Amino acid sequence: MKEKRNNILKLFLSFFKIGALSFGGGYAMIPHIQEEVADKRNWITEEELLEIISIAESTPGPIAINSATFIGKKVAGFWGAFFATLGVVLPSFVIISVIAYLLQQFNQYKPIKYAFFGIRAGVLACIVKSLYMMFKKCPKGIMEYILMAAALAIVAFLKIKAIYVIIACVLIGLAVSLIAGRRKKAL
Amino acid sequence: MILLELFWTFFKIGLFTFGGGYAMLPMIQSEVVSHGWISEKALVDFIAVAESTPGPFAVNLSTYVGIEKAGLLGAVCALLGVILPSFIIILIVAVFYKKFRESKAVMGVMSGLKPCTVGLIAAAVLTMVGTVFWPDGFTTGIFTGPAFWISFVIFAGMVVCAFKKVKTPVIIGISAVLGIAVGYIFNLQL
Repeated sequence: MKEKRNNILKLFLSFFKIGALSFGGGYAMIPHIQEEVADKRNWITEEELLEIISIAESTPGPIAINSATFIGKKVAGFWGAFFATLGVVLPSFVIISVIAYLLQQFNQYKPIKYAFFGIRAGVLACIVKSLYMMFKKCPKGIMEYILMAAALAIVAFLKIKAIYVIIACVLIGLAVSLIAGRRKKAL
Repeated sequence: MILLELFWTFFKIGLFTFGGGYAMLPMIQSEVVSHGWISEKALVDFIAVAESTPGPFAVNLSTYVGIEKAGLLGAVCALLGVILPSFIIILIVAVFYKKFRESKAVMGVMSGLKPCTVGLIAAAVLTMVGTVFWPDGFTTGIFTGPAFWISFVIFAGMVVCAFKKVKTPVIIGISAVLGIAVGYIFNLQL
């Protein structure tokens, strides 16, 4: 009982550190998780971490939250999951609360306005690059190109909400894989 | 009521975003910007803030929008909303994750989702191109005004930096300095 409580505290502290130190979120977080959770604490093996990441990718929600919940649950059950998730979220929450307040105070100042004028162009550049990386990583076939083009056109030109496109793509992917599976069985 | 609305909107975003980071942008645009909670311009600004502060993008953004709309309590509700779907789903998946990982159905779903996400982000980028280069719409013609050309030059330079693997916070820093310098030199009216 005491050991479990100890583990929960350690989970909270480890994930607090991960949340406070990893800039950029998502994949930028993985080396920090590896260092804290696999190398330092030996809670999971490197192999298990890879598995957890692949699961985090195929379940909804941010990768950081998914892996915190998963590792927490594995190490110390429900409360482990709870405190690991709380830990990873808390630093951002505090920092952003302060920044939101500061932005409200200062966003009418000329230098701040100019800075954000420049930053907007820089951020767009970063997003374009990450879009290109995602495109490179995505498997490519006729179905993939059709889905990409359709998703782009439907949201950009027909102004249909992204949520409906996501649901439709889930169903299409599921249907195609089920039909392909049946065909394989028939052969 | 705004608290419940914040929770529910971010719950949907948490539930329908697969993969981290920018995969969330399309849902944010269609659920948060279209709600009128923040402007497209403020969203681009905030992405810069989220990229230069630690923590997951989703947590940063939900906290920020929550605070803007309903103070600290709003931030708590938005954050809870965005986390809860992951938390519940992972608790369930953790029990039988070997089966989950090898499931044909999950692989099928992912094969549809991956290209879909690329297409959706491309659509989000198109919207942002409009916001960054023509913040006031097409009122002054498409290629006129110093603001347009300056944005364009900064953008092009930063694309090169990004592909040369310069880190995002560094890019944001450089473009902030450029923005201030050029802003004063040309005395831009923003």
